[in-house]
Amino acid sequence: MTNTHVPVRAEAAPIRKWVPPWRNPWRRPYVLSAITWLYILWSLLPLLIAVQFSFNDGRSRSTWQGFSTQWYCCAEGSVGEDPSLLLALENSLILGVATVLVATPLGVMLAMGLTRWRSRSSKVANGIALVPLVTPEIVVGSALYLVMVNLYQFVPLGRPAMLLGHVTFSVSYVLVIVRSRLLSIGGDYEEAARDLGASPLQAIRTILIPLLMPSIFASAMIVFATSLDDFVVSQFLFGDASNITVPVKLYNAVRAAPTPALNALASLLLVGSFLALILAYVGLRARRRGARSPLEDLADYG
Amino acid sequence: MAEPNDRRDRTARRLWPALALPGTFWLIALFLVPVYAVMAVAFSGTINIFGEPVPAWNPLDWQFATFNKVISDSVSGPYQQVWIRTAIYSFWALLISMVVGYPVAYYTARLAGKRRGLVLALILAPWWINYITRMLAWVNLLQDDGYVNKALGIFGVAPISWLSGNSYTVVMALAYGYLPYFIIPLFASLDRIDPRLLEASRDLGVGAVGTFLRVTLPLSKMGLITALVITALPMAGDYYTNTLVSGSPNTNMVGNLIELFLLQGPSKNFGAALVLLLSLVLLFFMAYYLILTQRASREAAR
Repeated sequence: MTNTHVPVRAEAAPIRKWVPPWRNPWRRPYVLSAITWLYILWSLLPLLIAVQFSFNDGRSRSTWQGFSTQWYCCAEGSVGEDPSLLLALENSLILGVATVLVATPLGVMLAMGLTRWRSRSSKVANGIALVPLVTPEIVVGSALYLVMVNLYQFVPLGRPAMLLGHVTFSVSYVLVIVRSRLLSIGGDYEEAARDLGASPLQAIRTILIPLLMPSIFASAMIVFATSLDDFVVSQFLFGDASNITVPVKLYNAVRAAPTPALNALASLLLVGSFLALILAYVGLRARRRGARSPLEDLADYG
Repeated sequence: MAEPNDRRDRTARRLWPALALPGTFWLIALFLVPVYAVMAVAFSGTINIFGEPVPAWNPLDWQFATFNKVISDSVSGPYQQVWIRTAIYSFWALLISMVVGYPVAYYTARLAGKRRGLVLALILAPWWINYITRMLAWVNLLQDDGYVNKALGIFGVAPISWLSGNSYTVVMALAYGYLPYFIIPLFASLDRIDPRLLEASRDLGVGAVGTFLRVTLPLSKMGLITALVITALPMAGDYYTNTLVSGSPNTNMVGNLIELFLLQGPSKNFGAALVLLLSLVLLFFMAYYLILTQRASREAAR
């Protein structure tokens, strides 16, 4: 019996000297890593070039003529000198801050209410609150435009209409972010506070709000960044040139009379939203030092 | 103790709905009512002296002549070509997103190793950069004397006029614009796959390709569908990409028609009817995505 087995085993397990790379599961993923880095290059290099041209020492946006900060200030038509560009920047910042101030408390209250209030109506309200997230922007923009023009005529197109529009899509972001935090901390802390004699409002103020603070802060920053970057809703609601925001200004000017001043304006917008996001990142990092990185949390808020 | 306890519970029961009330009211007034306004304008039967439709707020006054005209023009008429073009552009842009986005998401989630944080940050970056700015960057590069034509000139290719009604440019710009939104949800779903499942598959003798086809791909199916829906929804209503990189009516998409009717002409009822039709076409995807997110948040709550 043993005699017949030995040669069979020797045949079945020959010593492989060479394994083709596609059969080796531990090889380095050269192809995938090349695709990824090429994609990153493709997605970011044009933006780096655009920022570079905001420092061009000439009017061209396609030929490099040396370094200069004249398109920020103070050549003719630069961001610092062209009143329409400064106005756009000012409008965007004011709108962003106002949107944060209205949308954050509204969204936090909605999140607390909808998470802790368990009934059929809360499910309906929750559904309504999530629909804006999946509605194409052009539908949101045109619906808001038509309602402002035809029904809410007391809201003039311009800053008030844009504020209402921006808050509407921002509330859902705040809801999603704060709600996920509420679900993860559970109801035990409030219950403990209530058992120790705190009123419901006291429990919210002294226990829930402090616990939620990092995610409230992060959502405020994300709201600021999305408001700053919004194009469609603003374009439908801005009314006239005196209320124009940076993205709408860029859109209108790209094909009309482009100079590197536009690149400078775009670069400033970029800096603004990145500052907000870095703050959001810090806020999310303060939230928990768990296994998941704050970057992954940001990824989840898509 | 029973009596104050009762009062406490009653206050608490009223507190949560009261907190949810302002946000819910806001979303009803500024999301549901606007959507109804789109219907009121689309189904309007009267035109005022400025040639603008008078919204029919009462459903009993709804006239379907405009809506029927828009449908018949879309099925076999002047808009037919535009709808087909929208579908074809979106299809190619989504295909490119899938071919580029899947490997990038896979690499970032599974294989990036110690560079994972960096890769994730670089992939998230374009997501937070203003869309118009990203298009502006490409408009710079694609000028007749821009870097792209200069680079092609090295290989003896004659300058191509990229920015005047070139459908390839529009498809590439759409893919470039929406790829970040595609990659992130896919990354999130690939990231959640338990690596032990892949190891088990390997240990049971399945090769790399087999493991991918039989384990990774089925487990990431939901993420892939989410990514497709998330990108297809805004892409179908996109008009700004087209205006920025083409500007020619030969590449018009449905969004361009809507913007034209609503913001640049008096025929707002046609615009509203097109918004309604587009929403109906996309409703299936929106509902599907909403159900997915609801299910995910229910699972998170558990």
